[in-house]
Amino acid sequence: MSMSILPAGGGRYYEAPELSLGAKLLRLNWLLVALIAATAGIGFLMLYSVAGGDLDPWARVQIVRFALGFGAMILIALIDLRLWRLMAGLIYALALGLLIAVELFGSIGGGAQRWLEIGPLRLQPSEFMKVALVLALAAYYHWLGPDRVNRPLWIAAPLILALTPAALVASQPDLGTALLLILGAGVVMFLAGVSWWFFSAVLLGAAAGGYAVAVSRGTDWQILKDYQYRRIETFLNPGADLRGAGYNIRQSEIAIGSGGLDGKGFLEGSQKSLLYLPEPHTDFIFASLAEEFGFRGGIGLLALYMVTLMVATASSFGIASSFGRLLVGGVLATFFFFFAINMAMVMGLAPVVGVPLPLVSFGGTSMMVILFGFGLALCAMVHRDDPMRRR
Amino acid sequence: MFDDRGEIDQHARFNRRALLLFAAQFGVASVLAGRLYQLQLVESAEYATLAEENRIKPEPVAPERGAILDRSGLPLAVNRPNYRIDIIREQTNSMEETIARLRRLMDLSDWELGRFEQKLRRKRAFETVTLKENLDWDAFARVNANAPALPGVYPSAGWVRDYPERDALAHVIGYVAAVTQREIDADPTSDPLLRLPDARIGKNGVERAVEDALRGSAGERRVEITAGGREIRELSRDPGRPGEELELTIDRGLQRYAMERVKGESAAVVLMDIQNGDLLAIASAPAFDPNKFVFGISHDDWNALRDDEYDPLRSKAVAGAYPPGSTFKMITAIAALHEGAITPNETIYCSGRMRLGDRFFHCWKRQGHGPMRLKTAIQKSCDVYFYEAAKRVGVRKLAEMAAAFGVGERPEIEIPNVKRGNLPTPEWMRAERGRGWSGGDTLNIGIGQGALLMTPLQMAVMTARLANRQWKVTPRLIRRRAGVLADEPRFEPLGVDTAHIDLTLDAMNAVSNEQGGTAFRSRIDDPVNQLAGKTGTAQVRRITEAERATGVRKNEDLPWRLRDHALFVAYAPLDKPRYAIAVVVEHGGSGSKAAAPVARDVLMRALWNGEPPLDAYPPGAPRREEEARRAERQAAQALWGADDLGRPLGAFEPTDG
Repeated sequence: MSMSILPAGGGRYYEAPELSLGAKLLRLNWLLVALIAATAGIGFLMLYSVAGGDLDPWARVQIVRFALGFGAMILIALIDLRLWRLMAGLIYALALGLLIAVELFGSIGGGAQRWLEIGPLRLQPSEFMKVALVLALAAYYHWLGPDRVNRPLWIAAPLILALTPAALVASQPDLGTALLLILGAGVVMFLAGVSWWFFSAVLLGAAAGGYAVAVSRGTDWQILKDYQYRRIETFLNPGADLRGAGYNIRQSEIAIGSGGLDGKGFLEGSQKSLLYLPEPHTDFIFASLAEEFGFRGGIGLLALYMVTLMVATASSFGIASSFGRLLVGGVLATFFFFFAINMAMVMGLAPVVGVPLPLVSFGGTSMMVILFGFGLALCAMVHRDDPMRRR
Repeated sequence: MFDDRGEIDQHARFNRRALLLFAAQFGVASVLAGRLYQLQLVESAEYATLAEENRIKPEPVAPERGAILDRSGLPLAVNRPNYRIDIIREQTNSMEETIARLRRLMDLSDWELGRFEQKLRRKRAFETVTLKENLDWDAFARVNANAPALPGVYPSAGWVRDYPERDALAHVIGYVAAVTQREIDADPTSDPLLRLPDARIGKNGVERAVEDALRGSAGERRVEITAGGREIRELSRDPGRPGEELELTIDRGLQRYAMERVKGESAAVVLMDIQNGDLLAIASAPAFDPNKFVFGISHDDWNALRDDEYDPLRSKAVAGAYPPGSTFKMITAIAALHEGAITPNETIYCSGRMRLGDRFFHCWKRQGHGPMRLKTAIQKSCDVYFYEAAKRVGVRKLAEMAAAFGVGERPEIEIPNVKRGNLPTPEWMRAERGRGWSGGDTLNIGIGQGALLMTPLQMAVMTARLANRQWKVTPRLIRRRAGVLADEPRFEPLGVDTAHIDLTLDAMNAVSNEQGGTAFRSRIDDPVNQLAGKTGTAQVRRITEAERATGVRKNEDLPWRLRDHALFVAYAPLDKPRYAIAVVVEHGGSGSKAAAPVARDVLMRALWNGEPPLDAYPPGAPRREEEARRAERQAAQALWGADDLGRPLGAFEPTDG
């Protein structure tokens, strides 16, 4: 696999022949697949431990979900990349439709309207939107071609694509996910070649916005909900209220810190088992891991994530189509934001926003979304020689 | 057209920027790694101390389970302190030594120790494991006094359910026992109380039916604790909401008496108020001691209960279904009067049998009763008269009238598994037995046999509605809930001509109070407190024509299982009806001999609100009653000395004044 920054010469850009199933399987990035499975395996181990050494109630369910999602991932990777480009708009529209549906008749859970119940299924459309948006933006820039990227009108279009779902998600209210959508979209725009000037202007605007949010508190036009202000405050000064909102982060830090270099041993984490840790199976699973396996375990998982990121990034360099490259870039960015924000949160470096640890935390939708995303990225790598020329 | 150059530029720019992005991501990851390093290596010791030292721990607080009282506030199910010893393994110096020392302070059988060691293996070193529950106060105090020398040993006091009435109310109150995993999974509210180590849940009877209200809701206390969980101080405490107190309609004295009266039999007694439906006694014998279930019943005890031919685990009063036999004849009579199929003075001749098609339907009296009118037919319980009446009415109208008296309808009371019996119809016969309805089926229903089944509770309801004459009285078990008295019940109108009912009530009077009535020997010899009733003898086997030819075998010659059920329903007093009663003695022989005296004795206790005067009994009965009273007193004395649970017992009151 080429690590060169520059693509091979123009001769590479030929029309790729239809690949046979065997050829596709040969071209599948098996190293990446193995890394994904290994990460999920760590998740199973931790869910088993969090349940007090029991497959129920979490590990067994998670294994089944992963098996299903893993199959779906391979299937997605084997489908022709052109088909995904053609369906990008449709998938985006569907995800947006679901988001609007959740706005209209979603069920209330955890103080926010996030789920849509369809029979036995419980969907979190905002999670699906993360992948759908990346897919739509990649298809958009592929269609746009290299010349028009920095024209104002053609910058406005992706902004609308990103901000519409972000606004819907923010009104649920789920600011964390809204922010993730915007960040993901920003990365795709950056990789597509949008000018540095644009990003500088946005950063400046965000700083001004942040100031406005801070100033608006307590006034009639208060921008965030009270609990979101409290979370930010808790983050800034977690020691202030040890039995209230700051309790979560404090207990998480104690769990991690008390793990030391080697950890307390598998199944022996006392913070977790004495129920100090909030949500030890979902958002705070990293704290359990760091408590039981210590610094070696924590840094090991972080390294595993970074190696996954590196392997996939390196693969993206050799993809002939703009669509394929941006798809991989966008999926990886989403994956990175997931684990970086989650780890920063449990270690007291970021406010408590509900972002799970990808492939490890218990949760059906986030698992599916990550695996679908990797399926698309793998698909782009399988079809790396197809430039998908625009007519 | 396709611009190769621009495309290549774009690819190069992507690769540049992707590499840049990865560098930035690597930078963020380095910050994360740095923070992890700081937490786990630089400040690790500090956090380790924090984790080991004082911690804030939220604990659910169990509220007290609601008590269950009788109608005058006497205790039927209460809570008493449960002293128990918990051990945290990692805090003990040596487990063997700790156990050895504890064995010198308290009784600990090898079986209990084995169970403890089993539990210990499944738990981790810092978790609390219960060594023994239900300690007596002395042993508990001894362990407590020695606690400083026993690290890792925690004596603690909780609550446990106690049933002072023991087996007298086992089927009504039910019992609580340890929560199973299935019950935890099935709990929609995922109540933290169910996860407490000494949690109990209602398994049967009122304890189960009203579980949610009795349990209350969990409180929470936050405590600061040391390394291994030793409490330093309580930071806050929310006691939760205690369970609701229930006052049943049951009268403890009458319930005790009814149970005592049918001791040794397999029997059921239901005593009910005919005005408001209050259930004063629901006795089912034999029963079991619910206290045995609270800490888990032993294998031997369980097997003994399960294998007992008299089936002590089943509540015969509400879940035993029997053919009502002749006690159903009032319904047949009223249906026939209602439809104009018979008139009160019309005579029907009983020759001892009746022919329908090519089959004969026999009267219990082989030689026949001769000419019968409504009143004499009920008084003497003539079968042929009611065959004819049922034949004229037809099954539909008969079933309609039976339904109005609660037959085939499940009584709504706070006991799970109350049965609805069976009111057969042609549709039922087709669906369940796969055959058409025959005229013979109607005849059998007419005398309360065939596929017709009723529970003793339903028989009491039927009798209550008869004696009430106007309203469809429904039974009621809970009188007061959390201090609030239940509303006066409102019933639907019965919708039957009271003149027709009065004719049958008059006949019931003849059964009990006129020479020649089947229950004349079980009358109450008191001018104001007379009872009126109806005997029943339900056949449980088929008598073949061949057996009839050689003479029907007597009950005494049959094995217990094949003997007839003895039934009796009654109400009293005659002029101002207040109580309805149903008695079933399984395989007890004839209703007049086995069931009627029981009903009479229980009714008398209710009517006199205590011990009735001996001269109110008909000749022959007082001696039996005297013996019963003597036995009652002896039992009270035996109970006093032989309380194996070591609890202080109040004076045993044979009656409640």
